[in-house]
Amino acid sequence: MSAILQGAGAGAAAALTPFNSIDSNKFVAPSRSSLSVRSKSYIVAGSDDGTNKSFGSSSLIARRSQPLMIPNAVTATKADTAASSTSLKSGHELLLYEALQEGLEEEMDRDPHVCVMGEDVGHYGGSYKVTKGLADKFGDLRVLDTPICENAFTGMGIGAAMTGLRPIIEGMNMGFLLLAFNQISNNCGMLHYTSGGQFTIPVVIRGPGGVGRQLGAEHSQRLESYFQSIPGIQMVACSTPYNAKGLMKAAIRSENPVILFEHVLLYNLKESIPDEEYICNLEEAEMVRPGEHITILTYSRMRYHVMQAAKTLVNKGYDPEVIDIRSLKPFDLHTIGNSVKKTHRVLIVEECMRTGGIGASLTAAINENFHDYLDAPVMCLSSQDVPTPYAGTLEEWTVVQPAQIVTAVEQLCQ
Amino acid sequence: MALSRLSSRSNTFLKPAITALHSPIRRHVSTDTSPITIETAVPFTSHLCESPSRSVETSSEEILAFFRDMAQMRRMEIAADSLYKAKLIRGFCHLYDGQEALAVGMEAAITKKDAIITSYRDHCTFIGRGGKLVDAFSELMGRKTGCSHGKGGSMHFYKKDASFYGGHGIVGAQIPLGCGLAFAQKYNKDEAVTFVLYGDGAANQGQLFEALNIAALWDLPAILVCENNHYGMGTATWRSAKSPAYFKRGDYVPGLKVDGMDALAVKQACKFAKEHALKNGPIILEMDTYRYHGHSMSDPGSTYRTRDEISGVRQVRDPIERVRKLLLSHDIATEKELKDMEKEIRKEVDDAVAQAKESPVPDSSELFTNMYVKDCGVESFGADRKDLKVTLP
Repeated sequence: MSAILQGAGAGAAAALTPFNSIDSNKFVAPSRSSLSVRSKSYIVAGSDDGTNKSFGSSSLIARRSQPLMIPNAVTATKADTAASSTSLKSGHELLLYEALQEGLEEEMDRDPHVCVMGEDVGHYGGSYKVTKGLADKFGDLRVLDTPICENAFTGMGIGAAMTGLRPIIEGMNMGFLLLAFNQISNNCGMLHYTSGGQFTIPVVIRGPGGVGRQLGAEHSQRLESYFQSIPGIQMVACSTPYNAKGLMKAAIRSENPVILFEHVLLYNLKESIPDEEYICNLEEAEMVRPGEHITILTYSRMRYHVMQAAKTLVNKGYDPEVIDIRSLKPFDLHTIGNSVKKTHRVLIVEECMRTGGIGASLTAAINENFHDYLDAPVMCLSSQDVPTPYAGTLEEWTVVQPAQIVTAVEQLCQ
Repeated sequence: MALSRLSSRSNTFLKPAITALHSPIRRHVSTDTSPITIETAVPFTSHLCESPSRSVETSSEEILAFFRDMAQMRRMEIAADSLYKAKLIRGFCHLYDGQEALAVGMEAAITKKDAIITSYRDHCTFIGRGGKLVDAFSELMGRKTGCSHGKGGSMHFYKKDASFYGGHGIVGAQIPLGCGLAFAQKYNKDEAVTFVLYGDGAANQGQLFEALNIAALWDLPAILVCENNHYGMGTATWRSAKSPAYFKRGDYVPGLKVDGMDALAVKQACKFAKEHALKNGPIILEMDTYRYHGHSMSDPGSTYRTRDEISGVRQVRDPIERVRKLLLSHDIATEKELKDMEKEIRKEVDDAVAQAKESPVPDSSELFTNMYVKDCGVESFGADRKDLKVTLP
């Protein structure tokens, strides 16, 4: 029943499903996503029934879900355990930032070209402790403390990547990466294309973003929407220790530039993850809770608000299907599409701004591709288009709260 | 007249010894490799370091190679000019004529393991790194056989196997990239250096100083070369920089000011810089050079400077003329031989242009290739799935 497949190291060939191209014939409606690209070389948690088909909907239900999560920083949410928990033979419990650290350390052990650069990542151990202890183990050159110059050290990472190094560039807060926008957009995203394929840029740009606890407007930014148009990059958002480690490893192994969005408030989530090596698929969405009545698409922290709302909804008799989209660019329209075809109603819950956010793009994509399957218009709940205020009550009102999600579902399901 | 006929006849005896050269030109000139020492015309000015000696070790072969390469680059840029006016090259086209000494002088001092990264004025640097004329022209005309398969254009020439990292359109953005190249060289213990070229306009960018700080802090083998052609597009240096002594603006980083129109001085400076960078970390080279064309083909180049100034520099400081005088005065070649060489080069460039004109444009499936790496047999679609569809390798 376990849908977790072993990483490349384990070499378990039989149960593995290799990457399958999205067979266009399986899509009834055309896909808007410009491409469904798989990176090479790593195995993903895919269908486990051994048949060589692209992700069938049945296998999604057996997919990894979070049996027990005890987040202490966020709203107290337990993932709905209706979905079968994966049969973990053994596992160890850790916090999300430790999971990121584990993934990072494993990859640095595995490949000497992997290095980290960012502010206070070395001796200080990282402002969110993701790189704690790594400088002692790997040395100053591999865990590089940079001066405060985002533009320069992001560019430096990209230049190093052109020669074959695999740097992980940490922005202390995602918002600071705005200073490096030119490097990310023009060099990181475009060099592979403009050089006609000569150079690859295997960087990972990561950092915490999102609305925290009264951090103020400039430190509560959501940059997914700004980066989503940059051609040539991939964006993923992690939300649990399990997918944090998996996505971190996948991003490092990917030959393409990947931006990994973490959330300030999720670093202390606790979960039990497998001892064995595993990787998550960069382009795949995660089925959190299967259901029949409505598809709720979300990512990052809003997943927990959605799951909390789901508890209320279940009590009220609704059966929501919750999908954590994880891959922000490109969207996993296969998973999403299958869900829409089943439930015919979509609610998007995101922390991005309303204008030009991820939800806006996703709404357009769903409308274009699955219009015939919708019984109601796609509804999108996003943060308000305001700079995040400092006052706690106001800050609460900028992001989507579970009560609003419940109301929206009730409205859509009338 | 009789004398030259005599000398050319006597040179036929020497012909067999010289045809071992790779060039198609049948040359009767001296290609001695025994060292000649030549004094640079202009002394070096230094900041926080010692100047290299003004006596440059070179040889007849090398000076002749300078002449040949610079003449080829000059012809290429002139040909690009006509192609642009004939609307075969579109968009932006930034020409390097006048600055050729920098490209050839630098190449003479380094190996292909050393990396070079530059801005958008990259055609000649690409040729200097071993790029072929036909690849350059094809890329300029947007053909499939171009060095970036037609996807980059004038500002995006790259040659990975020769460690030429481009070719960048945004002013100054290549400087942090260059420091990254130097960082990788240090990380991999390559014993090679990176030459990061930027202009007097980019010298006012914040990222330059950020990168300088990083490079100096970590002793990266980066050599920052400011190609000071005195105009940042239309703005003269005295109007844009409070301190136009670009070699001094590194403050704690040593600097050297070099006559950038003298290929030998450039070679000497680059050799010196390479030794310095491998031992002591970054150094700035300010190359005093000049461009005859405007900033790009859209700029006439005469609204912010006088034609007298341009022709004055051409008469007094032209890099090719300087080398020609050297060749003649040291009896390495005769006037006629050099003219023949130039004719051959002109033909070579014309042939390359003709070949590039014949080459095909990229097909529409190329629109989506090279977006991501290793596309695994996946199908890739455009925004409208029905129109453009390609299976990626």
